[in-house]
Amino acid sequence: MQHLSKLSFLMRKIAVLLAFVGMSGFSFANEEKEFNVSEMIMHHIKDAHEWHLFGPEHGGTSIYLPVILVDNGLKTFSSKHFYRGKAVEVAGKELGTSIHYVKGVGPAAGYAMYHEEIYKLNAAGELHFDGEHPHNASPLDFSITKNVMSLLMGAFLVLIVMFSVAKFYRKNGAVAPKGIAKFFEPIIVMVRDDIAKANIDEHKYEKYVPYLLTIFFFIWFNNMLGLVPFLPGGANLTGNITVTLFLAVCTLLVTLFSGNKNYWGHIFWMPGVPVPMKFFMMPIEIIGIFTKPFALMIRLFANITAGHIIVLALISIIFVNKNVAWAGLSVPMALFISILEVLVAFLQGFLFAMLSALFIGAAVEEAHH
Amino acid sequence: MDLILPDLGLLFWTGIVFCLLLFLLAKFAWKPILNAVNAREQKIAEALELAVKTQVEMKALKAENDLILKEARAERDSILKEAKEAANHMIEEAKSKSKVEAQKIVESARLNINSEKAAAIAEIKTHVATLAVEIAEKVVRGELASDEKQKALAEKLAGDIQMN
Repeated sequence: MQHLSKLSFLMRKIAVLLAFVGMSGFSFANEEKEFNVSEMIMHHIKDAHEWHLFGPEHGGTSIYLPVILVDNGLKTFSSKHFYRGKAVEVAGKELGTSIHYVKGVGPAAGYAMYHEEIYKLNAAGELHFDGEHPHNASPLDFSITKNVMSLLMGAFLVLIVMFSVAKFYRKNGAVAPKGIAKFFEPIIVMVRDDIAKANIDEHKYEKYVPYLLTIFFFIWFNNMLGLVPFLPGGANLTGNITVTLFLAVCTLLVTLFSGNKNYWGHIFWMPGVPVPMKFFMMPIEIIGIFTKPFALMIRLFANITAGHIIVLALISIIFVNKNVAWAGLSVPMALFISILEVLVAFLQGFLFAMLSALFIGAAVEEAHH
Repeated sequence: MDLILPDLGLLFWTGIVFCLLLFLLAKFAWKPILNAVNAREQKIAEALELAVKTQVEMKALKAENDLILKEARAERDSILKEAKEAANHMIEEAKSKSKVEAQKIVESARLNINSEKAAAIAEIKTHVATLAVEIAEKVVRGELASDEKQKALAEKLAGDIQMN
């Protein structure tokens, strides 16, 4: 009897979940419009000026995030003035296609938003399209977008967690860890020992541990938040090229500023090879300085974005086939990938920190000839 | 295409947030955490070292104790032996002494008994003599109770004397 009621509860939950998913924008039942998988996925992995909660994509329930523009002074207003603005449809270059964008209203007047990019309207009060892209000027956009919001929440989470870990040690001194400290201490020690100490000279590694710890937990926590499909998570922050670019540049700068004579010697005048080879090696090594962090940037971006794309694509099976029965296939597969992504979330943070430590280690290594 | 193009606004915010995070964590989280972990590791290392040292000390102490115990045992054995010997000696001595004493006692007892016996015999002799005299007196009295008897006796005695 108890089993039965449990089962029916579970089924009710699944039904509610499906209804919820059905509501959230993949409007295949109400509208005639064909469900476009790639458009939906792109929309979900890209940044936005709103945090869509549920309901149809246009006119559903969203948190409208603040727009901050630098365009002859600072202009701040809610993104509501775009999303609830005036929709414009212009004919595309090719026959039968059309381009949709929104003109801002109220404080957003004079601006238009097309694919989450904000443009200034031209003298005629519209966007001028040449092919897919408008030719209008863009103001500098410092908006608190979905990714920025997610970034703030992720950073806040890391701060709260690590402060409470630190609080434990401040209160109890050097004792065996308990509670949250017990969970995070092995990971912190892992970063210190297996990432920093293992790759960087024993006498120099300590200086880099805070950086490596921060980068590891920042990436890991934000990766995990990206896997949560609702409010505290759901943004594709660590799968955004801007974020991974910034992190890779940080590692590049730390490496360059740590580089000793031995490191620069290996780049500009490779020891132990004939002189003509030295000239040949120089440009290769110089390119190598940049390809290493470039690989860091691409690796994190591609891994996290790919994870999001796969989960969304698998969920899309239901909506492409327009039949809830397909959930029997798509949900277990999406669940499997999601669990895999939990591993990937950790692994990518670990790899980024590990490779950063490796590059720093190479930069501070003493000559051993 | 804009998927792989960096966005200025996000770059700006990421920079600010990450640098702030790095600063705050380094100062208020990583430093106390790592300090505590290092201190504890040092404490554990010291404790382990101390344990090894103590173990060696304990071993040495145990060896010493064993030696002391052995010595003590040997000493106890020797003391016991000595005591036993002394006891035996004392017993022997007492035995021989008591034998002599007993002999002395027996000797004196015998002497005593002999002298007592002699005294008793002497006494008995006197007694018997007295008795004999008394009996003789009584007999004589009876013999001399009447004239005829006296006469008879005197005759008899005279007869005896004559016969002699």
